[in-house]
Amino acid sequence: MYTDKVLKYFHKPRNLGKIKNADGIGKVGNLACGDMMYLYIKVENIKGKEVITNVKFQTFGCVAAIATSSAITEMVKGKTIEEALKVTNDEIIESLDGLPPIKIHCSVLATEALAEAIYDYLKKSNKPTPKDLEKKHESIVRHNEELEERYEEWMENQKE
Amino acid sequence: MKTKKTSKRIYLDYAATTPVDKAVITCMLPYFNKNYGNSSSIHSMGVEANKALEKSRNIMSKYLKCSPNEIYFTSSATESNNWALKGIAFANKAKGKRIIVSSIEHDCVLNSAKWLESQGFEIKYISVNKDGVVNINELKKLMNKDTILVSVMHSNNEIGTIEPIEEIGRLCKERGILLHTDASQSFGKMNLDVEKLNVDLLTASSHKIYGPKGAALLYVRNGVNIEPLIHGGGHERGKRSSTVNVPAIVGFAKALDICIKEMKTEDKRLIKLRNKVIKTILKKIPQSYLNGHPVKRLSNNINLRFDFIEGEALMMELDDKGIEVSTASACSSPKLESSHVLLACGIEKKEAQGTIRISLGRFTKDKDIEYLLEILPKAVKKLRVISPMNLKNC
Ligand code: FES
Repeated sequence: MYTDKVLKYFHKPRNLGKIKNADGIGKVGNLACGDMMYLYIKVENIKGKEVITNVKFQTFGCVAAIATSSAITEMVKGKTIEEALKVTNDEIIESLDGLPPIKIHCSVLATEALAEAIYDYLKKSNKPTPKDLEKKHESIVRHNEELEERYEEWMENQKE
Repeated sequence: MKTKKTSKRIYLDYAATTPVDKAVITCMLPYFNKNYGNSSSIHSMGVEANKALEKSRNIMSKYLKCSPNEIYFTSSATESNNWALKGIAFANKAKGKRIIVSSIEHDCVLNSAKWLESQGFEIKYISVNKDGVVNINELKKLMNKDTILVSVMHSNNEIGTIEPIEEIGRLCKERGILLHTDASQSFGKMNLDVEKLNVDLLTASSHKIYGPKGAALLYVRNGVNIEPLIHGGGHERGKRSSTVNVPAIVGFAKALDICIKEMKTEDKRLIKLRNKVIKTILKKIPQSYLNGHPVKRLSNNINLRFDFIEGEALMMELDDKGIEVSTASACSSPKLESSHVLLACGIEKKEAQGTIRISLGRFTKDKDIEYLLEILPKAVKKLRVISPMNLKNC
């Protein structure tokens, strides 16, 4: 059911892990199956442009969730924030030679994780947030609350 | 998809289906193009086919300790279960409307029950404890004057727990309520005596016991009123019409025959392998757990869950290493829902996510298990490294 490309990204995920002192972190989850995706970005000002110079991910989820989150990190690395926000889940799916219909939502999650990371970065650096990003953020926050409750105990683990 | 680089496949999904035994295939072959007659025809060819059919029926009835005319051949366990519930409901609706099923039944039982509800029957569900054993006291309370049927599986397909059918049967008998059991996973693996079990209906399937797909049976105790599900030319004593699938049924009987002969030694061998996997994994992998009953479980069933990771990913990671298992995680289900069996056992959604089922069988070798024990901890570890849920410990 999965393409070779999906399996490749799943078995050998690129940009896996965490960025210490990340400029932006996006934490999103899927209410239906309960997967969680964390995306970390490092943003640098290069010739007056805000460029994503490093990006990493961590995913608790299915093959498609792991593959799409890895794929999106590759797609946005080196892009400006504006460019990165334009990446759609269709493009991710295309880059993976397709996804089974039931797994489309996993790729949506990847774009949401990125949007959240960028939102987080803009907020932290006191920069204005575009309207549609603001909207996206609101809906994400709503379903994140429920997931945070579900994983409360496991998240405790993370406090060092 | 390209063929995998790991050429040797280790199949550990025998609870899903089994390969057909070579001896079974040999037995079936003549019934495709030599003795291919219709078992209802009265010419010589038909009579030959009918003989083979009745011989098969005898093998089944001897094993179940019932009379041959209480065995009805069907096409699948799904059909048998549908028939048992719907056939009993409609034949006995004058007596009552309540049907009680366990909450961990296979979907074909649960969905038949749901459909019957839409037809005016009343469905009650019995809960299970954390090991997946049905709550007998609750069942007692649910059985009222209006109850016509109880359906509890003999053993669970996901977690392998064996249910106290004998006791349930006694309770039903005392109250004049019919009992159906779906024995798809137990059939051929242990002795099943319908008298001792006190069951009135029992489902079994061929492809779970190294027989071909497309053959199954429903045992119906003589004297029990049941409506047919499939109407037609009056095969199977008017109860299940359709040209009889003689080759598959011959194969089914041969498959059972082999299981009976090997039962004792095979049971011991598998229990040993099963326990070894469970013990080693629980010890080696932190935050890993066994689902289902530790002892009252099928000899070939191992159902494990691992915190912080997801089952489909684990299954595919193992697949890459040549090991085939199954998962009931939400991500792998068509509706993205956690397994109803695990939830019924009180397992939380987040925990149910990281569940896989490893089921052993006739062709599982010691060295396959060694290999599994080497690969599984690595696979879990790899996914835990990917997971954001597990930064500290394992
Ligand atoms: S993470 Fe659940 S379906 Fe992809």
